[in-house]
Amino acid sequence: MTIDYHAILPVLILSATIVIVLVTDLFLSPRRKSASMWVAFAGVLATLVAVLSLIGKGDRPGSFGGSYQVDAFTIVFQAFFMSAAAVVLLISYRYFREGGFYQGEYYFLLLTSFLGCLLMPASRDLLMLFLSLELVSAPGFLMAAFRKSDVKGNEGGLKFFLIGVLSTAVMLYGMSLIYGLTGHLQLAAVSAGLQQLSGAKETLANAAILFVVVGFAFKISAVPFQFWAPDTYEGSPVPVAAFLGVASSAAGFAGLLQLMFVAFVHEYAFWVPLFVALSLVTMTLGNLVALQQRHVVRLLAYSGIAQTGYILLPFALVSADPSINHSAFQAAVTYILIYGIMNLGAFAVTTAISSRHPLLQIQDFAGLAKRAPLLATAMTVFMVSLAGVPPTGGFWAKLLIFQAGIQRGGVGVLLAVAMVINSVISVGYYFLIPRAMIFEDAEDQTPLRSPILVTAVVAVAMAALLVIFVVPNAIYRLGEVTSLGFGG
Amino acid sequence: MTWQNSAITITTLLPIVGALGVLLVPRGEDRLVKGIGIAITGVCLALAIAIAATYHYSATCAAPPCLQFVLNVQWIPVIGARYHVGIDGISMPLYVLTFLLGFLCAIYTGRYVPEPGRIKAFVALTLLLITGMAGTFIAFDLILFFVFWELVLVPMYFLIGVWGSANRQYASIKFFLYTLFGSVFMLLGFLALYFSGPVDALGKHTFDLTALTAFGAGGGYTHLFQLVVFGAIALGFAVKVPMWPFHTWLPDAHTEAPTIGSVLLAGVMLKMGTYGFVRIALPVLPQGAVAYAPWIGGLAAIAIVYAALACLAQKDLKRLIAFSSVGHMGFVMLGIATLTTIGIQAAIFGMVAHGVITGMLFFCVGSIYDRYHTRQIADIGGGMAEIMPKLSGIFAFVAIASLGLPGLAGFWGEVMALLGAFSPNTSTVAGLNVGLFRTFMILGGIGTILTAGYFLWMLQRINMGLAPERWKDHGFRDILTVEWVSWVPLLVLILVLGLIPSIVLNSTEQGVNLIVKIFGG
Repeated sequence: MTIDYHAILPVLILSATIVIVLVTDLFLSPRRKSASMWVAFAGVLATLVAVLSLIGKGDRPGSFGGSYQVDAFTIVFQAFFMSAAAVVLLISYRYFREGGFYQGEYYFLLLTSFLGCLLMPASRDLLMLFLSLELVSAPGFLMAAFRKSDVKGNEGGLKFFLIGVLSTAVMLYGMSLIYGLTGHLQLAAVSAGLQQLSGAKETLANAAILFVVVGFAFKISAVPFQFWAPDTYEGSPVPVAAFLGVASSAAGFAGLLQLMFVAFVHEYAFWVPLFVALSLVTMTLGNLVALQQRHVVRLLAYSGIAQTGYILLPFALVSADPSINHSAFQAAVTYILIYGIMNLGAFAVTTAISSRHPLLQIQDFAGLAKRAPLLATAMTVFMVSLAGVPPTGGFWAKLLIFQAGIQRGGVGVLLAVAMVINSVISVGYYFLIPRAMIFEDAEDQTPLRSPILVTAVVAVAMAALLVIFVVPNAIYRLGEVTSLGFGG
Repeated sequence: MTWQNSAITITTLLPIVGALGVLLVPRGEDRLVKGIGIAITGVCLALAIAIAATYHYSATCAAPPCLQFVLNVQWIPVIGARYHVGIDGISMPLYVLTFLLGFLCAIYTGRYVPEPGRIKAFVALTLLLITGMAGTFIAFDLILFFVFWELVLVPMYFLIGVWGSANRQYASIKFFLYTLFGSVFMLLGFLALYFSGPVDALGKHTFDLTALTAFGAGGGYTHLFQLVVFGAIALGFAVKVPMWPFHTWLPDAHTEAPTIGSVLLAGVMLKMGTYGFVRIALPVLPQGAVAYAPWIGGLAAIAIVYAALACLAQKDLKRLIAFSSVGHMGFVMLGIATLTTIGIQAAIFGMVAHGVITGMLFFCVGSIYDRYHTRQIADIGGGMAEIMPKLSGIFAFVAIASLGLPGLAGFWGEVMALLGAFSPNTSTVAGLNVGLFRTFMILGGIGTILTAGYFLWMLQRINMGLAPERWKDHGFRDILTVEWVSWVPLLVLILVLGLIPSIVLNSTEQGVNLIVKIFGG
C-alpha cells in the first residue's frame, strides 16, 4: 500500500493542530482560553498552504489503495473548506470569548468537523465517504447544542443528532447493499460493477442508491428532509450556524457529487427524476417559507434550503451526454464556491449584530446604514448576491446553472424556468434586510461597533463578490478544472 | 488603443470610476461630491458628442448591425461571453441622450438634493445607473447586454426607496420585482439563442449579437423556436417599456422617485425595452416578430387609449405625467409593430423625443413640487402663470410639445407611427393584416385627441385662472439659474428636433433599413 505523504500533508497538519488545540487548552488560564482560536487559526492557515502546495503537481498516485486521491477537485474543495474554516474561526473569536462558552473544546470540535470536510473531496470509496461525513456531523451535534442553558439550543442540537443518526443509518444500509451487490467500495469500481447488474439485482441496486441519496438529502437539508435545519440553525451559536450552513452542507455536496457523477452515473435514468423532484420542491418550499421568516437566522436557514434546491438542479440534468454532465458538474461546483462566500458573509454580519441584538429579528437591522455603514453595505451586497442579481458574483453562479439547464433542453428548460421564478420570489425576502437597514430608522441610533476580525471578514467577502462580478473568469476556471475528471 | 476602439468603453465606464471616486470623498464635502458628479457626466457627454461627431454616417453595410467604434475582446471564455461593444446609427441618438440627461441631472442635483440627503450615495448610484443605461445601447454580446441591463436595477431601487416620496418602499420593490421577473425570462431566451445558434469551426456557440443576427435573419431558428423564444425575450422588454398590461409598476415608480430618478427612468430607462425590440428581438427572431406583431400593435393601441383615459382621471400631477409615458411608449411600440422603415424610424425618433420631452416634464413637475410641496392638482389650484410666469410658460411649452404639436419634437414620432400603421409591412415575408393595423391607427388617432385633451386640461388647471390666496404671499421664486442651465439644452432640443427631425432620422435610417430588409420591406 502506497502512501503519498505530500498528498496527505494537509490532513496530517490539521490532525496535529486538533491535538495541539486540545492540549493547549489544558494549560491556559481561564482568562486566556480564547488563545486557542489563534492556535487553531495558525493550524488552518498551515493546512491551507499545504493544500495550495499541491497545485500544479499533476495527477498524483492515490494513497491507501486509491481511497484518498488528490486531483483538481480535491484541491479546490480543500482550499475552499480551509478558507471557510479560517472565516468561521475569525467570527467565532469574540462571540465565544464573550458568550461564556467552553472555548478550547469548541475549537477542538470545530477543527474536527473541518477535518471531515478536508477528507471528503479526497475520498474515493464508500467507506471513506461515510467516515468523512460522520466526522463532519458528529462534532456538529455537540456544537449545535453549545448554548447549553438555552432551550432552543438543546432542542436544535437534539433534533440534529436524531436526524443525523437516522440519516447515517439509512445511508450506511444503502452502502452495504451496494457493497454486497458489486463487491467493491471504490467509486470507479462500484460504477463498473453496477453496470453489470440486471433484473432483481438491478432493482435492489436502485433501492440502495435511493437509500444513499436520502441519507445525503438529510445532510444537505433537501425537502422533505429539511425540517431539522431551521431549528438547529436558530438554536446554534451564530458562527456554528455559519459552519452548518456553508461547510457542512458543502461537504455533503462534495460527497454527493462524487457519488452521482461517478459511482452511480450510469443509473441516471433511475435517479434523475428523483433529483428533478427534490430540486423543484426544495427550492420552491424553501423560498415560500423563507418569505414568512422574521428571525434572521431562520431566514438564512430557509434561504439555504432554497439554495440547496438550486445546487441540486445540475444533478437533475445528468444524461448520457458527457458534455452536459460536464456543464452540470461545473455549474454545481461553481455555485457551491460562490454560495459559500456570500452565505459566510451574511452569517458574519449576523454575528456582528448578535451581541447587541441577541433576538436577531429583521427589525434589529433597521437603520444599520447609519449605525454601521460598512456592515450595511456588505450585507446589501450579500443579499443582492444571494438573490443572484448584478452587480454581484451571485449572478454568475446562477447563470451557469441556467446555462446548463438550457443546454440540457427538455426537463432542463423547465427546471431553469422554475429556478428563475424562484429567484424572483427570493428577492421578496432577501431585500427585507437591506430595506430595514437602509430605508428604515432604528430606535437605537448609537453606532454599532463590530469586532475588527468580523469586519475584516465581511469586507473581504464583499470585495470578493464584487471582484467576481467584474472578472468571473477565475472562479469559472476553478469550476471547470474540477469537472475535468468527471462527467466527461 | 485608438480612439476608434476605446472611446465608447471609456465613455461608458467612466461614471463607475466617478462613483468609486465619490465614495472616497471624506464626509461633509458635499460640494466636492456634486462637483465630481457634474465633472464626470460632463466629460462623458463631451466624449459622447465627440463620438457622434467622428462617426462615419456615410459608411454602408450589407447586414445589420452596422457597427463602428468596435472593441471585441475575450471576456469570459468558460461561458463563451465576449466584451463586444460598438455603436451604430440606431444606438447613437440614445447613447448621446443618456449622457445628456445624465449631465443635466448632475447639474440639477447641484441645487436639489432630495431628502434625506446622503449626497455621496445619491451621486454614486446615479453614476452607476448611467453606466448601466449607456452600456445597454452599446453591448453587442448578449451576456454583456444583460449585465448592463440588470446593472440599472439595484441603483434605481435605492434611488426610489431612499430618496423617493411617501409611498417609496412599495414603489421601489414593485419596480424591482416586476423588471426582474421580465428580465430573467429574457435571460433564458438569450441562453436558448446561444445553444440553438450558430457554431464556429471549433464547435463553440456564441453570444455575439452580430453573428446571431446574421444567423437569425437568415432563417437559422425554427418557427416554433422563434415563437417560444420571442415570447420569453419580449416579456423582458415589454415589462421595461412598459407595454400595457405590464405597465402597473411605472406609475408608482415614476411618481415616488426623486425628480432626477423620474427623469432618467422616463428619459432613458424605458427606451432600453423598445431598443431591445429593435436591436435584438426583431432581427434575430424575424418570424417570431411577424407572428407577434399584430398582438404588439394591438397592445400598443390599447396602451395609447388606456393611458389617455387614465391621465384624464389623475389627481396627482406627477402621476399624470407618468401615465402619459405609457401612451407615448404605446406609439413607439405601434411603430415597431408595423415592421416598416417609417414605423421603426418613428419608434426611434419617438424614443428620443419622449426622452427629451418627458424628461423635461419631470424636471418641471419636480420644480413645481419644490415650490408648492404638493403634487395634487386640486391643491395647486391654478394660477401658476400669475405667480411664476416663466415656469408656467415653460411647463406649457413642454406639455404642448408632448401632446404632439407640429413643429415640436413630439409630433414626428406620433405621426410617423400612425403613417406606418396605415400601411404596415405586407411583403411576402411579413404579410401583416392592413385592416387590423388601420384599426390600430384609428385608435391611435383617438388617443392623440385624448392626449391633447388631458394635457390642455392639465394646463388649464395648473397655469390658468386666479391663484388661490394661500399661495400668493409665499414668495415663490420663479426659475432659478440652475434650472435654466439644466433645462435650456432640452428646450432647445425640443424645438430643434421638431424643426429638423432629420438629425435623428438620418442617423438611424441605414440601420433601420437593414433591419426592415430582413422582413422584405
